[in-house]
Amino acid sequence: MSSQVHGAQKFDQAKRAETVFSEDAMKTVQTIISHYPPEKIKSALLPVLHVAQAEFGGWLSPETMDYVASILKIRPVEVFEVASFYTMYNLKPMGKCVLEVCQTSSCWLNGAEDIVKYIEKKLNIKVGETTKDGMFSLKVAECLGSCGTAPMLQCGASYHENLTYEKVDAILETYKTEGKLRSYTDLDYKNTL
Amino acid sequence: MGKKLLIHNDKVPNIHTLAVYRANGGYASVEKALKTMQPDQVTDEVKKSGLRGRGGAGFPTGMKWSFLAKPESVPRYLVCNADESEPGTFKDRYLMEKIPHALIEGMITSSYALGAKTSYIYIRGEYFYVARIVEAAIAEAYAAGWLGKNILGTDFSHDCYVQVGGGAYICGEETALLESLEGKRGNPRIKPPFPAVAGLWGCPTVVNNVETIAAVVPIVNMGGEEYAKIGVGKSTGTKLISASGHINKPGVYEIELGITVEDFIYSDEYCGGIRNGKKLKAVVAGGSSVPILPAALALTTAKGEPRLMTYESLSDGGFATGTMLGSGGFIAMDEDTSIVKNLFTFSRFYHHESCGQCSPCREGTGWMEKILQKFLNGTANESDVDLLWDIQSKIEGKTICPLGEAAAWPVAAAIRHFKHEFIEIAQKKKFVDISHYDRLNKLVKA
Repeated sequence: MSSQVHGAQKFDQAKRAETVFSEDAMKTVQTIISHYPPEKIKSALLPVLHVAQAEFGGWLSPETMDYVASILKIRPVEVFEVASFYTMYNLKPMGKCVLEVCQTSSCWLNGAEDIVKYIEKKLNIKVGETTKDGMFSLKVAECLGSCGTAPMLQCGASYHENLTYEKVDAILETYKTEGKLRSYTDLDYKNTL
Repeated sequence: MGKKLLIHNDKVPNIHTLAVYRANGGYASVEKALKTMQPDQVTDEVKKSGLRGRGGAGFPTGMKWSFLAKPESVPRYLVCNADESEPGTFKDRYLMEKIPHALIEGMITSSYALGAKTSYIYIRGEYFYVARIVEAAIAEAYAAGWLGKNILGTDFSHDCYVQVGGGAYICGEETALLESLEGKRGNPRIKPPFPAVAGLWGCPTVVNNVETIAAVVPIVNMGGEEYAKIGVGKSTGTKLISASGHINKPGVYEIELGITVEDFIYSDEYCGGIRNGKKLKAVVAGGSSVPILPAALALTTAKGEPRLMTYESLSDGGFATGTMLGSGGFIAMDEDTSIVKNLFTFSRFYHHESCGQCSPCREGTGWMEKILQKFLNGTANESDVDLLWDIQSKIEGKTICPLGEAAAWPVAAAIRHFKHEFIEIAQKKKFVDISHYDRLNKLVKA
């Protein structure tokens, strides 16, 4: 991963040198690795990438992917081919809170499109964009397994279900006030808002 | 009230904890199996039970287990498929979230039968918080000696781990899941060899759905023959159904296989009828990939018999007039629903989720989405209906994994039963999303 990855993201040797897991994150990574036979630790890649994404700003930079490759003793391209395949890994910087609105059948039947439009209007961004303050990114997602509690959106580890406009207001307000990065690996998930 | 075997305890406070789960009879199947049965006897009970894979394919579980190769000194693995992603399906999430120990107990008992010293539960990445719940339950099970070395003082030792995915529907296909578990892209493998011979890291592996593994618990407890008495014919036992769409009471229901579709939709015990007093228009009975049926055919077979919630009855009439039980993702749509628009959400889904290995699926799913988009923006012609039919017919059966079929079947069924809706839009050059304002109303009021 020497020069360029996925379009515009350049590899920066200085940034790579600074990319190191915190002690806590490293402990988590070691636990994950211990779940597999020693010669099969590549298997830890998907869960370790989740830890890395949460640890390094909510996305996987070329430096982050290179670092993960060095930990799992695999080639950087093996990390990239996985990171670019799965939808949960961001290959470019995102807002602190990524709102993923499910749009598949049952959610559509229950008004997912209206929820997307409402959020677009409220945050003054379109799907795929990030607010100027870097707080929110809006995405649409395919079925998140919340069909009986549609419409829904996911933000980090939290499922927000049976959405109404009022609920969306409350969710955005809460996250904005907290102002912190929300990740899939968060322990303080809020499924009650 | 029908018999419940899987989620009968779901409302018991703190049933997610080991203490409460155990106090309600939990882990009895591990005791019975490890102390009084040989591994093969457990497999025999599962065979006798007639249990069929609850993930969607409906393959007999006991038979799948008996295919497992057992070469000397090669590890064998049990992998639980918790990559629940079929649109309309959310039962496994419910089971793992409410009663995580039911899955872990099933994992231990099943692993004992298969001789697996290690098992993995592969949970879709979006269910990260569910994975936390399952991991906490696993930690409790280790602390109490249900997992680890010499369980209950026997020779049987077992480790169970959770792995989270990265967001990919295709990883619900068992060989794609194994690739993903090995830290790779979720590209399905060419079969044979089947996982039973060469699965995880090339070792013999059984991959079973969450609900399938949880069902092993009551089967061992009550005996396969007793279990087989529940249900109708070859559809034995109970099944979790995820009910969603325009119904009064969406949610997860455990049914005895054999109740009527009509009962399931209209009785207060289950879906409680169609919302706002509207009429039922169509049903997707088993997750997005199974053929959609118009209300009349969903409730009554072409022969005029009441349609039952069983593998056989739902597929009665083949795809001409029937469908499949699939994963039990039951989506009911009211009279105002646009079948074309709903199909568009399905086709967009399959296009998004195609792994891209096989050209018919990679290209075909995209073409179908684009053509359906033409119907929505008013540029479709009548000939586009034939084009859609032509494309779907060229995907089915021509791909490595069943995602091709899963993408083709809903298109074929929508045209088969609702062709007039496509033609109408093509002729009028106008798509009217009639249910839009009702939904808007719901979002404001609720």
